[in-house]
Order: sequence, then structure tokens, then C-alpha cells
Amino acid sequence: MDNIAGTKSSLMWAVHLSVAALVALWLLPTFGLFVSSFRTADQISGSGWWNSLTAQEQTLTLRTQAPDTQQQVGNLFVIEGQLFEGDAPEIDSWGISSKAVDAFQAGETAELRKGGTLIVNPDGTYRMAHTEAFSGSRGQRIFLTAEVPPEFTMDNYKTLLFDPKNIDGMSKAFINTLTVTIPATIIPILVAAFAAYALAWMEFPGRALLIAFVVALLVVPLQLALIPLLKLHNEIGIGKGYMGVWLAHTGFGMPMAIYLLRNYMVGLPRDIIENARVDGATEFQIFIKIILPLSFPALASFAIFQFLWTWNDLLVSLVFLIDSTGETTVMTKQIVELLGTRGGNWEILATSAFVSIAVPLVVFFAMQKYLVRGMLAGSVK
Amino acid sequence: MHPALLGILTIVIGVGACVGYFFLSNLALDKVIFPPRGPNAGRNINRANIIRPWLFLAPALFVLGLYLAYPVFATLWLSLTERTANGAQWVGLSNYSQMLGEPKFWEAMRNNILWLIFVPAASTAFGLLAAQLTDRIGWGNIAKSLIFMPMAISFVGAAVIWKLIYDTRPEGSDQIGVLNALYLYFGGDTPQQWLTIPLWNNLFLMVVLVWIQTGFAMVILSAALRGIPEETIEAAIVDGANPFQVFFKIKVPQIMGTIVVVWTTITIIVLKIFDIVFAMTNGQWETQVLANYMYDKLFRANDWGVGSASAMIIMLLVTPILVWNVYNARKEMR
Repeated sequence: MDNIAGTKSSLMWAVHLSVAALVALWLLPTFGLFVSSFRTADQISGSGWWNSLTAQEQTLTLRTQAPDTQQQVGNLFVIEGQLFEGDAPEIDSWGISSKAVDAFQAGETAELRKGGTLIVNPDGTYRMAHTEAFSGSRGQRIFLTAEVPPEFTMDNYKTLLFDPKNIDGMSKAFINTLTVTIPATIIPILVAAFAAYALAWMEFPGRALLIAFVVALLVVPLQLALIPLLKLHNEIGIGKGYMGVWLAHTGFGMPMAIYLLRNYMVGLPRDIIENARVDGATEFQIFIKIILPLSFPALASFAIFQFLWTWNDLLVSLVFLIDSTGETTVMTKQIVELLGTRGGNWEILATSAFVSIAVPLVVFFAMQKYLVRGMLAGSVK
Repeated sequence: MHPALLGILTIVIGVGACVGYFFLSNLALDKVIFPPRGPNAGRNINRANIIRPWLFLAPALFVLGLYLAYPVFATLWLSLTERTANGAQWVGLSNYSQMLGEPKFWEAMRNNILWLIFVPAASTAFGLLAAQLTDRIGWGNIAKSLIFMPMAISFVGAAVIWKLIYDTRPEGSDQIGVLNALYLYFGGDTPQQWLTIPLWNNLFLMVVLVWIQTGFAMVILSAALRGIPEETIEAAIVDGANPFQVFFKIKVPQIMGTIVVVWTTITIIVLKIFDIVFAMTNGQWETQVLANYMYDKLFRANDWGVGSASAMIIMLLVTPILVWNVYNARKEMR
């Protein structure tokens, strides 16, 4: 618009700023979860992800060793030790009551409630002393406020994907999702491509009516299909399983597939097809050797659509696939379950969400061109 | 058997069966039933050509009919029956009247209407804004694909992403949800449980869908904006129109048709919205929507009659769009 009028708009900087703000607003939610999936459980619950790059004050609850490790030194009973295993962070302040977690500075001496004294040094070593023997089975509770350096880890992904003992693991759900998605992407394309070719280039009675039928079915909500088809699946014996979910996805994706592919095929040059017919090619040969290769952009765009739908689907899998054994669960269902049972465990939730998002995002960024083309063909004519 | 192996095997069988059908049926038609040879070659070719379209169409028509057309009628019938010990029994409209008497249904209706007003409008508005702004700058394409990205994220994934934003920690501890952190930073007194505040929580759920759908609206509208002939814009600028006038008085009216299409498409998505509510609140705290209400009835209360009745309500709501679509398609074909 600027170059048309030949002047540079003074609003240009405002445009740049607003686009930057919009992009930030759209990116931040995902980015926050992405960052969280690389943090430890303590860090996620201790501070917001936007603080993840700075060292942070964290309050830890630890215990001294149990009284049975006490030693008698002169007339004093003493428990000594180090609060941390491995690297110790620098301790700022500490306390022995949950009501005053920062009552003492490192190196100060506290009076214990049952008598005796406790010193915690900045490096995490401590000394507990009393004239009488310490009793009880557990050590003294200590609240520490320490500067914890930022820490990023791949452990969340490791446990979620590769730990066979982890019942929340995603590896099986990942494979199940793939098993649903790949045939549920390829089968509708094949079926729809043949149908779209027939509707675009073959002459037969009732063609216009069929096209209207497909367009009408574009908007039928799949919710209607749940009960009748579940009953049908049970009656013909496929019940809940991959077969059923493939058929369901094929059915629900079919109107869009035929619509997109037909719109594209109608635009192919008539000459090529007529010439091939004159040269004696059968319709099947024309379809395989001419139409399919020429329709690649449309096929690709529908493939991406269907892939994203089936990969991201929850409802169809819930109804047609997942049975009581839980063997065939898909990732979306697994995440919903985690949301319910482990709603506060963000390291598990964030990581499983990212495992399920990763593949569609890769496909999306790699094939965005085709996705956009397909959307334009489907929405604007 | 290893699950991955089983997966691959099922994939090969499923896809193989499909390829096999098309290949073998055409082979049979050309080589066995009506071979284009011998004394009747011409007649055979003609006959084969009459049959072939239906051979091509058969699987598609079969799944379309079975998975989309048949359920419309089957569900209608189910909604008029009750499941009893000895099969289905005709009960007329009593499922509907039972449903209309339930407060949860009206809550779902009210929320659905709120969704229908807010989500398509907000998505289209943001999409239009993003389309217009990104069209004018050098890094517009990168910005576009970043705004477009949530389209690839599942509703469930988005629910997790936004749950982290709405997360609440007890008062006094550090907030890990952005919304509460901001709320406290700008002077809020106590952290809020955002998803449990009636009416507002609906808005928080809708934001998730707007976030997903804006990219879609932007892509379509951006293409429409590019399709506007430059002469009209040039003329307006020569006549002294400022950028806002050019946008609202020249551009928007010209792409009105596309705006309507985008609006309708998002409306259809909203009517079917299920996953976001199911994953984030499951209809608690007055956030029920029709699709989730239906799922509750079907698979939790096991009440197929009322469940089907609510499915028919969703169908009723999309019917005008269906008619309009068919009308447009027929007009185009002429």
C-alpha cells in the first residue's frame, strides 16, 4: 500500500510493534509449556517459567539425620552431617518451623523446641547438640531458603518415553496414535481421490446431485454418528478397535477430501485427459499416471489436514477405539487422564503435551505451503 | 507381539486392502467382465464406462452414507426412543421434554450461544488484524506462520498449555501461572482460581479456541486482501483517504464474502467444540457445552435417548449452514 502511494507511512513503526506484540502473545503460551518441560519438578512448582533463566530463591524442606546416628561428645549428644547430597547450593536463611522458614541466617544458632541447639552453615553442614539424648525416629525438619542455579534437564522426556516402569509413559500411546493416524490418513486419500476423479471428469447421471450431497455432508456434526455407529460396530463384530477407528476417520474426513480434491481436479487441463483417452488409455491408467501425479499439491494438503485431525483427535478415539483394557489408548486421552489425576505435576503434563505436539508441529512447519493451499481451495473459491 | 510390530502389520493390512480393491476391481472390469477385445469390443468399452464411475465412487459413497448420512436418521430415531430391557421402545418426544427440563441443558445452550457470539467474532477480528498488519512488513511471512502455528496443536495440547497459564498457587507462594502472576503484579490481592469463576471461566475457555482459530482466519483473509485490485486502493489514496479509511471503507467491504465464509467455518467448529471443555473443566463450574453435555449423557449417564436428542439439537443448529452451503455450491456449478 505504501509503495502504491509512493510515500512511506508514518504508521510503519506502529505496525511492526503491533505485529511483534501479536506474535509474542500467540507464541508465549506454547513457549511457556515448552520451557517447563525441561525443568525439574521442584523448579516448576517453585517459580514461573519466565524466571527459569535466573537463579532463584527456593525453599526446600529437608531433615537432619535420625537420632539413632547421634554420638556422645563429652557431656553433649551431637548429630552432625551435610543436608545435601552432591552439589550444595548457597544457603541464605533457614528455619525450623513452617511458620518462619527464614528465621535464621546461615551460621546462626537456633534453640530447638525440645531443648538443644542447631547450627546450619552456608555450605549445608549442620551440627545439632543437646545435653540430653535426642529421641524419636526421625530427624529434625529444616526449611532452607537457597539460591538454586537455573537447571535444564532432559530427564522428563527420558522417563516419559523410555522408562518401561513408568505407568504414565507415553511410548505405547505414541505408537498407538501412529497406528491410528497413518492408515486413517492414507485410506481416505485413496478412496477420495478415485471418487473426486469420477465426480470431476466422468460423465454419469446424478453427478450434480452427488456433489451437492458431499457439500451437505461437509457440515454434519460427527457427534450424531457416535451412538448409531458404535452400535453397528458392536453388531458386526469389530467392536472397539483400530478397524473401527480407521473406518470412522475415513468417513468423517471423506466430505472434505472429496470436496478439496474435486475442486482441484476440475481445474486440470481437459486436453491432457482427452488426448490420453484418444490414445487408448483406460480410465484407470489415466487416473494413476496422469491425474494422481498432477494432483500432488491437493493430495498433500488434504494429507496434512487429515493427519493433523486424526493425530489430534480425542472424541473419535474415545468412542470407537479405547476399550476397558486401556491397551489401545492414544496420546490425547492419556493427557486428559494425566490432567485429571496428576493435575499439579507440571513436569509430567508439560512433557507429555510436548511429546504429542512435536510431530504435528514438525509436519506443520515442513509442509505449511501445502496446508495453506488446501485451506484456500476449501474456503475461498 | 511387540506393539510397534503389530502397529505396522495392521497398517500394511489396512492400506493394502484399500489399494487391492481399486486395482483388482478395475482389472476385473477391463480384463474379465467387459474385455475391450473380440466381437463385442465396442459395446464392452461402453458398458465398462457406464460401470466404472460407480466402481470409483463405491467406497466413498459407502463410507459417506454409513458414517454421515445414515447416523442423521438413526440418531433422530434413537432420540425418539428409550432403551429398555427388551430393546428400544418408542417414547415420542419425551426425551426432548426431559432434556428441556434440565437446568444443565439450558446452561449448555447458554454457554454455546456465548461461544457462538464470541469465538467466531474474536477469531475473525484478530485474523483480519493479523492479516492486514503482516501483509505490510518484511518479516510478515514468519510472523504469519508463528500465529498460524496453534492450528497444528491438538485441542487437548492447547488445554494443557492454557491450564499452565491459568494455574493457581496458594496465597503467599510464587505463582507459576502467567495470569495470576500478572494479576498480582498489577495490584490484585489474592490469587484467583480462574477456571472456577462462573461466566468468566467460559471466557477463559473460549480464549483457547480463539488462539487456535485466529491463524486459520488470518491465512484465508490475507489471501482475500491480496486479491483486492490495487486500482481501487490507489484511487482511494489519491482521493486522500487515510490508512484506516482505506482499510474499513475499501478493503473490508470487498472481502466481505470471505469474512462470511471464515465466520461460518469457525461457527461450525464452535458448535462441535468438545475437547477443550472436556479436558479443562469437564463442564464443572457452569462451563457445560452441548457436545460435552451429550457425551455426559451418552457415556456417563448411559442415557442414549437424551444424548441423541442433544445431538439432534446440534444438527438443528448447523442445518441453516448446510442449506446455505448446498445453495451456494449449486449456484456455482451452473
